[in-house]
Amino acid sequence: MNIKSRVIDAAGFERTVTRLAHEILERNKGAETIAIIGIRTRGEFLAKRLVDKIQRIENRELQFGFLDITLYRDDLRGKLTQPILKGTVISFDVTGKDIILVDDVLYTGRTVRAALDELIDLGRPQSIQLAVMVDRGHRELPIKADFIGKNIPTAAGDEVHVLMKEIDGEDAVVLTDAIEGGKS
Amino acid sequence: MNILFKNAHLIDPALNVDSVADIHIVHGIIQKIGRVSFAKGAEVYDLAEKIVAPGFVDMHVHLREPGYEYKETIETGCRAAASGGFTAVCCMPNTNPAIDDASVVKNILERARSVLGGIVDVYPIAAVTKGREGKELAPMMELADAGAVGFTDDGAPVEQAEIMRRALEYASMIGKPIIQHAEDLTLTKGGAMNEGFISTGLGLPGMPQVAEEVMVARDIRMVEYIGAPYHVAHISTRGTVELVRSTKAKKLPVTCEVTPHHFTLTDEAVRSFDTNTKMNPPLRTQEDIEAIKEGLRDGTIDVIATDHAPHSQDEKEVEFAFAPFGIVGLETAIGLAITELVELKVLTLSQLIEKFSINPRKILKLSSAKIAEGERANLTIVDPKSEWVVDIRQFKSKSKNSPFHGRTLRGKAFAVINNNQLLFSD
Amino acid sequence: MPLTESSRRLASRHLLGLEGMPKEDVQLILDTAKSFREVLERPIKKVPTLQGKTIVNLFFESSTRTRLSFELAERRLSADVVNFSADVSSVKKGETLKDTARNIEMMKIDIIVIRHAAAGAPHFLSKVVNAIIVNAGDGAHEHPTQALLDLYTMREKFGQIEGLNVCIVGDIAHSRVALSDIHGLKAMGANVSVCGPKTLIPREIERFGVRVHYKLDDAIRESDVLNVLRIQLERQAGAYFPTIREYREYFGITRERLDKVKRPMTIMHPGPINRDVELSANVADGEHSLILQQVLNGVAVRMAILYLLGTAN
Repeated sequence: MNIKSRVIDAAGFERTVTRLAHEILERNKGAETIAIIGIRTRGEFLAKRLVDKIQRIENRELQFGFLDITLYRDDLRGKLTQPILKGTVISFDVTGKDIILVDDVLYTGRTVRAALDELIDLGRPQSIQLAVMVDRGHRELPIKADFIGKNIPTAAGDEVHVLMKEIDGEDAVVLTDAIEGGKS
Repeated sequence: MNILFKNAHLIDPALNVDSVADIHIVHGIIQKIGRVSFAKGAEVYDLAEKIVAPGFVDMHVHLREPGYEYKETIETGCRAAASGGFTAVCCMPNTNPAIDDASVVKNILERARSVLGGIVDVYPIAAVTKGREGKELAPMMELADAGAVGFTDDGAPVEQAEIMRRALEYASMIGKPIIQHAEDLTLTKGGAMNEGFISTGLGLPGMPQVAEEVMVARDIRMVEYIGAPYHVAHISTRGTVELVRSTKAKKLPVTCEVTPHHFTLTDEAVRSFDTNTKMNPPLRTQEDIEAIKEGLRDGTIDVIATDHAPHSQDEKEVEFAFAPFGIVGLETAIGLAITELVELKVLTLSQLIEKFSINPRKILKLSSAKIAEGERANLTIVDPKSEWVVDIRQFKSKSKNSPFHGRTLRGKAFAVINNNQLLFSD
Repeated sequence: MPLTESSRRLASRHLLGLEGMPKEDVQLILDTAKSFREVLERPIKKVPTLQGKTIVNLFFESSTRTRLSFELAERRLSADVVNFSADVSSVKKGETLKDTARNIEMMKIDIIVIRHAAAGAPHFLSKVVNAIIVNAGDGAHEHPTQALLDLYTMREKFGQIEGLNVCIVGDIAHSRVALSDIHGLKAMGANVSVCGPKTLIPREIERFGVRVHYKLDDAIRESDVLNVLRIQLERQAGAYFPTIREYREYFGITRERLDKVKRPMTIMHPGPINRDVELSANVADGEHSLILQQVLNGVAVRMAILYLLGTAN
């Protein structure tokens, strides 16, 4: 990965997660009705951070889970590579909950569309709110985030990566040159 | 006809001929053998590196006519035979109607005469039983007088011991052999391939080697009792080779043949589920091939015959279990025999010629083909060195059901001469 | 987004059998099936994954269970499903398999699931049409999806298959399940044996690396799992065994036999069961029977296979 610039560093990352947690709590008037669901793979780690943060602030257990949206993707047919299913793990009933859906980068909106479809197949949440670390624009569907870590307007040739300690060894948001792999 | 072949390698094991010479043929008769530097008006061919042998006989061919002309006709079958290097074929009686009546024999002989000027002699083998049903004897003496050279219910065995006994008694009077398709049908019922590891792995019902062997064993005891000429068609197992070997040691009138596919392929070939690997008897194992090669070497196996069994593409392009048994063989026999037997030093060219020409003529008491001055020119010319790739689209046979398509072979028929006709293979 | 270890595909574009299937492919199918087991627990047991794909179930032999399981799997993946059932005897008289298949393909079918009484029919089909072929049982050859669901069920129960002692009991010779099980179990490192009367054990089966038992008690003593095959009662007429009573006596799995070994014995059966012939009712319904688990897992495993084959390019 050829890093062009570092938009958020480790300290900034921590502050951003804290702010997102507070915004979520403020909007939902506490944590009583909310549950957090991360979109696999990277949304899963960000979701865990938010869960930790909110649990510490509110001092209560939060329900959370992970969504593997592979089965709902609209680009399975065209793919040359076939994603390995990691599986959806949600051990609670989503019906009636205010679901905070978490992903690392909001881009075309297609991943979120798939996640919404899957969530609705799982039950009938009271509401679904979207939290992302980065919104980089270029939407292809009418989807908008409720909580945004940072807006990063990008050129088509740029890639935005949210790095996380759990898999990348550091917390950061970086810009790189486009690489093979396309839009996510 | 006025032909001069120069520098030909003449091999006639029956006359102990094995030399390079020129051979001059006029009006279908061998005029001179030796050095012929000039013959007035003759077409001259240089046959350096080529073998000239007494005309080859395929004593096991299904010409399918009458009754199954969509698979093969006497005409297409004879064209395939000539192209494959045979000047004679024996046609099997599992036609419709079966060759169980003198009129059918005469009809076949009549029709064969007109094909390619009669270059291929067709010798009908008649049915042992009426309609090949295994119940009542066919009129064997009438059939022999009409021109049948042997008797078989091929496609099926003469199953009942009683019928076999009576048939052998008649055969001993007539002096023509009973040719047995040796198969105990109760042991092969529903079978599609050799029984063993491969059939187990493919889930295909098997046809055990013993099904062939128990029938041969029974027949041999009966031959010993009655004393009639008996020939085992298309032997395929080590056990059968051993049975025939020990019987020959007792000087009993028992002979046998093997097909090129049974010394070339094993049941491994069936793994593809290619229906062109389905034949009866089925492809066996490497162990059987080794025994067959030994049998060819030591003379236990007298004859190489193809069991040329044409089937249409539609019949073969079905599920393996539903496909008919059999493959075409006339146009690949010489190539397979040279590649698998001569090149691998199982047989010499001279021994090969015995099995393709001398022995079948002896067993069936056919007119002999001799390479000698004053004799009728009945010759097969073989190019033993040429390397070629089998292409079923080039077959003269009406059917293309061969598992050898695309296979590279060494040795090929070059031309045949018979009945004052000359035909080149390509 | 860089994909880390995140994509793999099956080596073959068809599922014709388990013979020669690499261990990693078996594992991929089982792992993928786990995700689908979760889907089957949802209130809406359907995902849009194969939307726009058309699957035909080509059944030339009646098999209510297998067809039902495939059809559920297909519908739960949102594929369009067409069913074609025909008795082999009528097909044999009329249209050939090749013609049938070509006709069906002209209707733009993506996947053909085929059950056929003739061994090799799916292999034949894979050579004459372009669609993806899934073997739902061919003669006495293979039944790969059944074996995969057996493997899944064993892995679910024991955590791993490697080192497990599995005995397949009954009519091995006429079974399509036995061969697929043997290939799959061997690939995953299990110790496999077969048990039945010699008339129903095919020749040279030992060469697949399996042990052969003719005494059921010996087989039970050495096994953790007994996979009991259905005995086709009509085989008796073919002299494969003398009487049903005798078969039950010597090769039937009963509580009394199992009680001789002082440890739990896991029982599996591909169904449908001849109760109190190859398997006594109290064993089939007993606490160590996984037979109903197998049925449930069958749908998940077939979804996994259709997903893996249907979305690969």
